[in-house]
Amino acid sequence: MKTKNLTLYAIYTWLFLFGFIPLCLVFVASFLSRDATHLMTLPFTLAHYKALFSPLLGHVMLRSLMMALITTLACLVIAYPFSYFMARSQHKSLLLLFIIIPFWTSSLVRTYALVAILKFNGILNTLLINMHLITTPLPLLYSNFAVLSGLTYTLFPFMVLPLFSNMEHFDFKLFEAAEDLGANRLTLFFRVFLPNTKRGIVSGSLLVFLPAMTLFYIPNVLGGARSILIGNLIQNQFLVEENWPAGAATSIFLTVLLLLLLLMYRKPRGVKS
Amino acid sequence: MQKSVIEIKHLSKSYGTNLILRDVSLSIYPGEFLTLLGPSGCGKTTLLRLIAGFEQTCSGDIYIHGTCVNQLPPQQRDVHTVFQSYALFPHLSVFENVAFALRCKKTPKDEIKARVQEALERVQLAAFGNRLPKQLSGGQQQRVAIARAIINRPKVLLLDESLSALDYRLRKTMQYELKQLQKSLNITFVLVTHDQEEALSMSDRIAVFNHGHIEQIGTPREVYENPSNLYVAKFIGEANIFDVEVEALEDDELCVTVESRPLRCKNTGNHTLGEHLHLVIRPEDIRVWQLDEVTSSDEMIPGTIVDIIYKGSTVDLTVALPTGKIINASEFFDEDDDDLAYTVDEVVWVQWYTGWEVLLPYEN
Repeated sequence: MKTKNLTLYAIYTWLFLFGFIPLCLVFVASFLSRDATHLMTLPFTLAHYKALFSPLLGHVMLRSLMMALITTLACLVIAYPFSYFMARSQHKSLLLLFIIIPFWTSSLVRTYALVAILKFNGILNTLLINMHLITTPLPLLYSNFAVLSGLTYTLFPFMVLPLFSNMEHFDFKLFEAAEDLGANRLTLFFRVFLPNTKRGIVSGSLLVFLPAMTLFYIPNVLGGARSILIGNLIQNQFLVEENWPAGAATSIFLTVLLLLLLLMYRKPRGVKS
Repeated sequence: MQKSVIEIKHLSKSYGTNLILRDVSLSIYPGEFLTLLGPSGCGKTTLLRLIAGFEQTCSGDIYIHGTCVNQLPPQQRDVHTVFQSYALFPHLSVFENVAFALRCKKTPKDEIKARVQEALERVQLAAFGNRLPKQLSGGQQQRVAIARAIINRPKVLLLDESLSALDYRLRKTMQYELKQLQKSLNITFVLVTHDQEEALSMSDRIAVFNHGHIEQIGTPREVYENPSNLYVAKFIGEANIFDVEVEALEDDELCVTVESRPLRCKNTGNHTLGEHLHLVIRPEDIRVWQLDEVTSSDEMIPGTIVDIIYKGSTVDLTVALPTGKIINASEFFDEDDDDLAYTVDEVVWVQWYTGWEVLLPYEN
């Protein structure tokens, strides 16, 4: 028991030092004024928050939400059946390993690998031409398609893992019980399997949706100059404009938004029980 | 001949080269409580799953009410299963669990409500409709599983080791309730169990399984008192077994030698002179006499008490015979003997009444 408590304290300390305190610093910074030499300075101001409500930012925000939503759906549609077969497979740990192996390579490197696949005279176009499916290369790179592919590919494991762990605990005897009671395949899916994997769907979606809004290097590398998402905006504010307080304000705004999403997820559960 | 509700004909099932059931034939009659009894891995659960339709037969046929169901999926078979793990839907309330079969059939809402309520009342859970399965105790979950399975009034209810997860006392209660339920519903129950006591106390008939085939089918009394072979004798109840040879035949009795002592047995099976047999005698049929209680030691075998276990209603003795063979005997407290004050290493006379033994054909 003692060691368990100790571990818990260690985790809390870690979260406090490297999670909570930095967040507080960002929060304070978002109210400071921009300063060319010292990055930020007094007096306190609400100007950066006011600036957030410009049409430009609204547009970026909406676009980010759309891209994140599509990415989440794409991940879900692919990962759901994938996780199902994984959970029923004899070789669970091997499949799990295949999911985890890409993590051993930096995701930035893997994103550049996608460039090699998607670019004008890249692997995919060459393949399609050689198969005589197309005659001229498709402009795949630097498009929404490329960004969505990159996001989906990168975030896929974050959908698979919660779904898999959820489905792995699913008692497949319930299928037999339902069949025994006269359920057809649709009933089996919609009244037995889906409700019992809801939790996996929700946590997987959150794990994909939240980073999909903020992974700035993927739109940077695959989307080209025109593809600005909320993550890129923050990166821009910090590194290009060197307006740290503005970047901090945008970050806080995003954090609050995502927090609201999390609350929406927690609320219905709390009401039920 | 009574018409059977389930007829199993020459059924075999194997997984790869592993033969699970071989040439099993069995008739199950309306309203009876049949138990498939055997050790784990003997094929009894596989037979149940074949009847339910979760497994495909390799050869042979299953008939339910005269219709061959080999090709029918579980949904279309008029039997329901109570699973070993209950397999209740964790996300549905008790009410919805029980209503599941009716919802699949798109039964009108009012009827569902009435019938579910009735089923829940039957298993004394009328007040628990809104609970989730995980909020119930093991015994209550068991009852929900039963209510869910009887809601459709199936012709046959299949119970797969349904009571084995419960503790001893609860199991006894559920055994009684199940039996009552079966009588009041007049549904055929087929119970799979490895618990011979459960089988004896609940069943109308018991089918004793061994390595994928049925060794004996009969009433509890038949399989206990007249086991058809050594396996059944050993599996149901305790048995002391002696190898004997028929040395003389006299009227309806035969003479054998056990531990160098001449004994008489009832010749119930037309045994012939010189035939090798197994003599089976149950512990409770053995009398153990202390030396001062015996005036004539005819038909008795001398022995030494090795161990004494006091069991409340009985005293279980382990007795070593002259050749070193160990036998078990259960002595009851009764008017003959209300004391049963044995001591370890005491020399005693062991005896049973002619005709209480069972003679079985010799097996290697």
